[in-house]
Amino acid sequence: MPDVYPLTSGDATLIAHSVDGVFIFILAIASFFFLLTQGFLIYFALKYRRRKGIEQPTPYITGNTVLEIVWVIIPSLLLVAIFGYGMVVFLRMRTPIPGAMEVQVTASQFQWSFKYPDGRTALNELRLPVGKPVKLIMTSKDVIHGFFVPAYRQKQDVLPGRYTYLWFLPRQAGSFDLYCSQYCGTGHSIMRGKILVMPVADYQAWEEREEQKQKGAAASPVEKGEKLFQDSGCLGCHSIDGTPKVGPTLKGIFGSTVVLDNGKTLTADEEYLRESIVDPNAKIVKGYQPVMPTFKATLKDDDVAAIIAYLKTLK
Amino acid sequence: MDHAPEATAGHHGSYLAEKTLRSWALTLDHKRIGVLYICTTLFFFLVGGVVALLLRLKLLTPGPALFSDHTYNVLFTIHGAIMIFLFVIPAIPSSLGNFFIPLMIGARDVVFPRLNLFSYWCFVAGIVVILGSLVSPMDTGWTFYTPYSEQTSAAVTVLSGGLFLVGLSSILTGLNFIVTIHTMRAPGMTWYRMPLFIWAMYATSVIQVLATPVIGITFILLAAERVLGIGFFDPAKGGDPLLFQHFFWFYSHPVVYVMILPAMGIISEVVPVFSRKPIFGYRAIAYSALAIAFIGFLVWGHHMFVSGMGTLAGIVFSFLTFFVAVPTGVKIFNWIATLYRGSISLDSPMLYALTFIFLFIIGGLTGLFLGSLATDVHVHDTYFLVAHFHYTMMGGTVMGLFAGLHYWFPKVTGRMLNEKLAKYAWGLILVGFNLTFFPMFILGMQGMPRRYAEYPAKYQGLNIVATVGSWVLALGVFLMFLNFIRSLRRGGLAPDNPWRGLTLEWSTSSPPPEENFAEIPTVSEWPYNYGEKPERRTEGKRER
Ligand code: HEC
Ligand SMILES: [Cu+2]
Repeated sequence: MPDVYPLTSGDATLIAHSVDGVFIFILAIASFFFLLTQGFLIYFALKYRRRKGIEQPTPYITGNTVLEIVWVIIPSLLLVAIFGYGMVVFLRMRTPIPGAMEVQVTASQFQWSFKYPDGRTALNELRLPVGKPVKLIMTSKDVIHGFFVPAYRQKQDVLPGRYTYLWFLPRQAGSFDLYCSQYCGTGHSIMRGKILVMPVADYQAWEEREEQKQKGAAASPVEKGEKLFQDSGCLGCHSIDGTPKVGPTLKGIFGSTVVLDNGKTLTADEEYLRESIVDPNAKIVKGYQPVMPTFKATLKDDDVAAIIAYLKTLK
Repeated sequence: MDHAPEATAGHHGSYLAEKTLRSWALTLDHKRIGVLYICTTLFFFLVGGVVALLLRLKLLTPGPALFSDHTYNVLFTIHGAIMIFLFVIPAIPSSLGNFFIPLMIGARDVVFPRLNLFSYWCFVAGIVVILGSLVSPMDTGWTFYTPYSEQTSAAVTVLSGGLFLVGLSSILTGLNFIVTIHTMRAPGMTWYRMPLFIWAMYATSVIQVLATPVIGITFILLAAERVLGIGFFDPAKGGDPLLFQHFFWFYSHPVVYVMILPAMGIISEVVPVFSRKPIFGYRAIAYSALAIAFIGFLVWGHHMFVSGMGTLAGIVFSFLTFFVAVPTGVKIFNWIATLYRGSISLDSPMLYALTFIFLFIIGGLTGLFLGSLATDVHVHDTYFLVAHFHYTMMGGTVMGLFAGLHYWFPKVTGRMLNEKLAKYAWGLILVGFNLTFFPMFILGMQGMPRRYAEYPAKYQGLNIVATVGSWVLALGVFLMFLNFIRSLRRGGLAPDNPWRGLTLEWSTSSPPPEENFAEIPTVSEWPYNYGEKPERRTEGKRER
């Protein structure tokens, strides 16, 4: 069980094991000092306690230089050792090994989205093959979040407007909890996900299935169009729910009457939509600025057709 | 310096003699101002405690229960902000510090009595503004991390205003104490004849004066960003969210020593008196207070190992962090060594002092896991951290405060506490505290993040233990307050020096007269001459 800490697990990743080593090292030192100090505290308090309220004479001891030097030096040395050991493991934790598979992580209130090297995306569930190093390149869309996988002993805050990273080498197949560890608002505690680590063969099979699905999706122009619409950044300027943003909403655009800035009106048909995408400044909608970039170079003809097919479904 | 015990409560020169509201509200007497602070901060301790009970109640079950997740978030913000800013920070310095610094150095008052009164009302004004912010309560946590605190609709701006005033009050109090300790000591009281509580308060005041302005500025910037839209911390406006964290912890780390040093000062007074032994290693304890105050300014980054601030910075901060552990360890060793061959009476102040040492050792040792980089990455922002700081803040500061309250209750009120009731309360608090907070170490190691309104069901078992513990703890605190209130009227009259202490506050009547001392005392020894000296030296080597 990856939940129970520490001695029974720590094998989930390469680093987790080393972190547990540091943990046990500190635990040993801490236990020694715990027993030493609490032992004397309780022993003295009981042994020298006043019995029947009678006060015994006490010696006049104001200090002992040798003793005081000893208990400054010895703990100091141990502290340096703890620091050093912790630092060495930390450095390994922060230095990705070459050839790691890079996954983009985008946190937002209150979900995790992952983007694989081949462009596939997933929400709240990251599937990985056993034995392959992974580097997560993380950013946030809104506030600070924290990427925390207890079984991996790994945690890294995810910041808006900058990238942080985290890497690990999964050694065990299984399902591992992912929590948001930096308070991010109302849904903070439900911002949880899973890391599913699969045997390499299973992972490849899953990957293939996903690719099939992707291709299957491409067969339907509407779904392909929807994906292109999302991936091309149209949503940055257009809503599909009726609210105007930088550009007009595209809800119910097909077949609607458009008023242009030169006062003319027209009905939005396929050709108008096509033109709006590949040559947006040919006709400008009244009340808007001519800021839409052209997608002539980035979208192929059948991509544009797919987007139009999708736009038609926005009722 | 031993006075024959004589009952002088209700003595007509007592500082408590005048009873009108006005005589309290406009008093320039440091003792009355101290009492005002005691009442105000203890009131907020109770408020924060009730909120904590609600939080624990909700955590009895992992899923949605009792109130919404948003309400939970609001409540843990209120709990943290009240406990930190309105209770733990001012609890000992402003209340017991105000009352006892002049008495212990043999002065008639602090050096700026009017400023002292102003500090108190500034504190109250801050509280009023903070309560005003509750119309749209905050849900940011007491740490107000940007950019969330920029985006949430809650009254962050109002709250920052209130905290600014509270901070101002804290700066002025610190300033007042520093000058008082420098200039108002009784004739013959050299620096090395000062009680260790005074050393601790001195170090504390230095931190208050140097660190608090930073948080004041931070709150102003935060407000400016929210109101005027100037980008400081919000990346959407061109700011840097980590900058906020640096500012915040530049204050909030040193401030944990504002919380703990005074408590350590109290322990250094109580332990020798109840062991009838001189304090062991006086200078080491005094210097370590200063060392903690100084190094405490250099370690704020240990709150940010996983914040994205950079690997090298993490390493440097971790290294420095371990150095605060050294002077802290020195104090603990010295207190324990003071017990050696003592004649220890386990009265309630001493029980709390020993509890302080016991719990603070646990708090300190678990700090090692947080200071070490590799392990901090795992336990940071989990319940391990929550457990750690409750062991240091509640197990430390609050137990120190309780020790101080039981120790000085006779001096402040002129009445004795009911010792039996005090011991029952102590037992419940000790058991309840550990039952509440110890399971959190394990929960944290298992990975349960803090500030979770709902949590995975596998963590429920220990959460139930913690919640039950919180009820035991609450019962203990209730009994303690019952004892305080009951003893105000019904407690036996207190002698001037019930514990036979040698510090100057015990040489005047209980309660002290308005002018503290009929005649300003002259000091010829340090205040720890307990036990049988080989020969009665007035000018000893170590104690000067
Ligand atoms: C930088 C912002 C921006 C982006 C990105 C953008 N648009 Fe636009 N778009 C506008 C603006 C502004 C207008 C209105 C002015 C105009 O007609 O050029 C507009 C107009 C349109 C219209 C005509 C709407 C009407 O009501 O007549 C369509 C259709 C359209 N965009 C589709 C798209 C699609 C599809 C994409 C993504 C491939 C996209 N836009 C990306 C800003 C943008
Ligand atoms: Cu989050």
